[in-house]
Amino acid sequence: MDVFQVFIELAQSTVRLSTPLILAALAGLFTERAGIFDIGLEGKMLGAAFAAGCVAYISQSVYMGLLAAVLVSVLLSLVHGYASITQRGSQIVSGVAINFVVAGSTVILGEAWFRQGGRTPALSADGRFGTVTLPFADAVRDVPVLGPLYSGLLSGHSPLTYLAFLMVPASWWILYRTRFGLRLRAVGENPGAVDTAGISVIWLRYRGVICCGILCGIAGAYLSLAAGAGFTKGMTAGKGYIALAALIFAKWRPKNILFACLLFGFLDAFAIRYQGYAFPLIGKVPVQLMQALPYILTVILLAGFIGKAIPPKAGGVPYVKER
Amino acid sequence: MSELAIELKGIDKSFGLVHANRNINLKVRKGTIHGIIGENGAGKSTLMSILYGFYQADRGDIVIDGKTIKIRDPNAAIAAGIGMVHQHFMLVENFTVLENIMLGAEESQILNAGITKARAELKRLEKEYALEVDPDAVIEELPVGIQQRVEILKALYRKADILILDEPTGVLTPAEADHLFRILGQLKDEGKTVLLITHKLREIMAITDEVSVMRRGEMVATRTTKETSVEELAELMVGRRVLLRVEKGEAKPADVKLSVKNLTVRDSRGVTMVEDVSFDIRAGEIVGIAGVAGNGQSELLEAISGIRRATSGTVLLNGREIDVTGNADPADLRRRGLAHVPEDRHHVGLVLKFEESENAILGYHDDAKYRRGMLLDVDAIRADAEAKIAAYDIRPPNPRLKTANFSGGNQQKIVLAREMERNPDVLIIGQPTRGVDVGAIEFIHKRIIEMRDQGKAVLLVSVELDEIRALSDRILVMFAGRVVGERAPDATEGELGLLMAGVEGRKEAAE
Repeated sequence: MDVFQVFIELAQSTVRLSTPLILAALAGLFTERAGIFDIGLEGKMLGAAFAAGCVAYISQSVYMGLLAAVLVSVLLSLVHGYASITQRGSQIVSGVAINFVVAGSTVILGEAWFRQGGRTPALSADGRFGTVTLPFADAVRDVPVLGPLYSGLLSGHSPLTYLAFLMVPASWWILYRTRFGLRLRAVGENPGAVDTAGISVIWLRYRGVICCGILCGIAGAYLSLAAGAGFTKGMTAGKGYIALAALIFAKWRPKNILFACLLFGFLDAFAIRYQGYAFPLIGKVPVQLMQALPYILTVILLAGFIGKAIPPKAGGVPYVKER
Repeated sequence: MSELAIELKGIDKSFGLVHANRNINLKVRKGTIHGIIGENGAGKSTLMSILYGFYQADRGDIVIDGKTIKIRDPNAAIAAGIGMVHQHFMLVENFTVLENIMLGAEESQILNAGITKARAELKRLEKEYALEVDPDAVIEELPVGIQQRVEILKALYRKADILILDEPTGVLTPAEADHLFRILGQLKDEGKTVLLITHKLREIMAITDEVSVMRRGEMVATRTTKETSVEELAELMVGRRVLLRVEKGEAKPADVKLSVKNLTVRDSRGVTMVEDVSFDIRAGEIVGIAGVAGNGQSELLEAISGIRRATSGTVLLNGREIDVTGNADPADLRRRGLAHVPEDRHHVGLVLKFEESENAILGYHDDAKYRRGMLLDVDAIRADAEAKIAAYDIRPPNPRLKTANFSGGNQQKIVLAREMERNPDVLIIGQPTRGVDVGAIEFIHKRIIEMRDQGKAVLLVSVELDEIRALSDRILVMFAGRVVGERAPDATEGELGLLMAGVEGRKEAAE
């Protein structure tokens, strides 16, 4: 197979695999910029994927599935918000608890409801997101170079993928060009400044957490309704953590998040494509090593190559009025 | 009598068992600078927080411009024309000046619409009050004096007619403080009302029209500034007569105890902080180092006490060299008779979460008398802490209380007791009375003089020029990392001020 063809295929699966990462990392961006750290992205995505799988199967409607995913994820976000904003609890403990609860309960509920070993039944075409074929994609397929780029790489993805990529500039715009964004960033840096300016710190942080829930919900729905055809047990497979790593790696900036997620998506695509492939000089690389690559890369990059990632200053600290 | 801007009637507020404000009555006339003075913990900040809507009073009324209003949150205060500059600035450090000023007053959902307007309004305010600030500068890159200016602009941008400043000069250099006072004078001329919260008597005398004194949650007196004196205010604050002037006899300098030769310190970026500094301190004298904060005094103290590595130079303690350019070990220096009261007691001097008794032995915990084999001898430590509490009148007298719960003055006494009771040969003290109330200042000054009279060599660094002049037997002035002159303690403030500003020193060096 020629190199160009390989490139197109790798790039296409990079885009597909990056989609949930981008959505989840943006979700993390909104809550962490508001000063609420969220290690529970994984759990929220998993819960959303499960809800999407169940509801899409029962209703035979992909949109009902998506709605259910967002609802469940927002609810889980509100639990996290209640624990860490209202009750001023530890954000790490709350996030970990959500991950555990969801990992266990999706399997139990799935088994109780569908008796398929924790899966939800396979979805028909109506219950899944199809692919979007961009205009003239078929017509230009045979044009050299540009044709495959357009119809092979840009066209033919799920609508959620396009949404994820559009959300990157949209998030930037919301954070840096709107009143809500200005206040959200301020509350993550110095909630005292927000409070003295006459703005409610609590309500603002809740809104950040809700934004996170919505995006995580879409990410979860993508897994079970677009990438897969139904929910399978533990199907997030650490993507929430990778998204968190991407967020740190990207220094909490939307544009960097896009590149970080594409990089992690590419590593994933590379690992899948070259499983068991004998590389020249090195020979066969164990699949486990390939799968571990994103994590190893995160550690190496965070350790020395991207400089200091400075988190939002008030992140992780519950706001208490000074006396 | 002109109109009242603020009238407080019977304000009462308790936090649990602490009665922070008791039946406070206060009248502030429009277009004046009104000082509120009191020791730490007298209830000044609580009262102002009630006025700004941070807390609600349990009882009492707030009358602004003749109207009785309820201030439930900062929004209501802003709407009533009240602006506040907090002691710890309420700024988002990685935002620009403009973003900070707009925060909470953006006018529309989309920022762009408001930005042009805000920029124009900011420019107008800057011009009107001579408060130049670059609107696109990022806060964390600005000096504190300018950051404070942004806070004032923030209040003016919200159309504040009443400006509350809570301990505004605590973080400022004397020059910045003077500038602030000029700004406040100008605000007054424009018809604004300024409420100045402070515990520094000099500021009150210098700038206010009227002054109200608080003590233990009560408003004990209001005076016209012109008709009162520092002595009277100090007595009202503390509730007893206070000696503001330190009485001390003639110094009897003996042998050289600490000798600093050609000391140079560069920081991690390679910037020279201390340059070629030399001096000797003899037993039985106090050498004061005067200077505007940030002219190398901190680095000098740190280098001598072994916390920071010097680039070159030598330091002799009791005639023996300290390895200041290598691995000087603070613990070793302590054993050799050097005691250090650091400038920043919160970050260097104390562990605020520890009990008082633990802080009272911090750094000396390896001493045989505090140990029982490998374990700490808790009984001995508590007994030792109790002795120090009695000797230094530390309140509350509870060695098991968390250190964070002591007032600034008492925290400082904990550090002083620890270092002075070691009976050192050389005592290095940085900012002995920063954030300390008047009553405690008197005590601390007396103790420092006593140390001198016992034949200790004392190195004193303070940004309070009055303190340097009152305590020192010789004064060295530092500017831009160099010692630019030595003066006797009877040198005038003007003369020292010129040296501190680097004006005289350059001439002297050139000649």
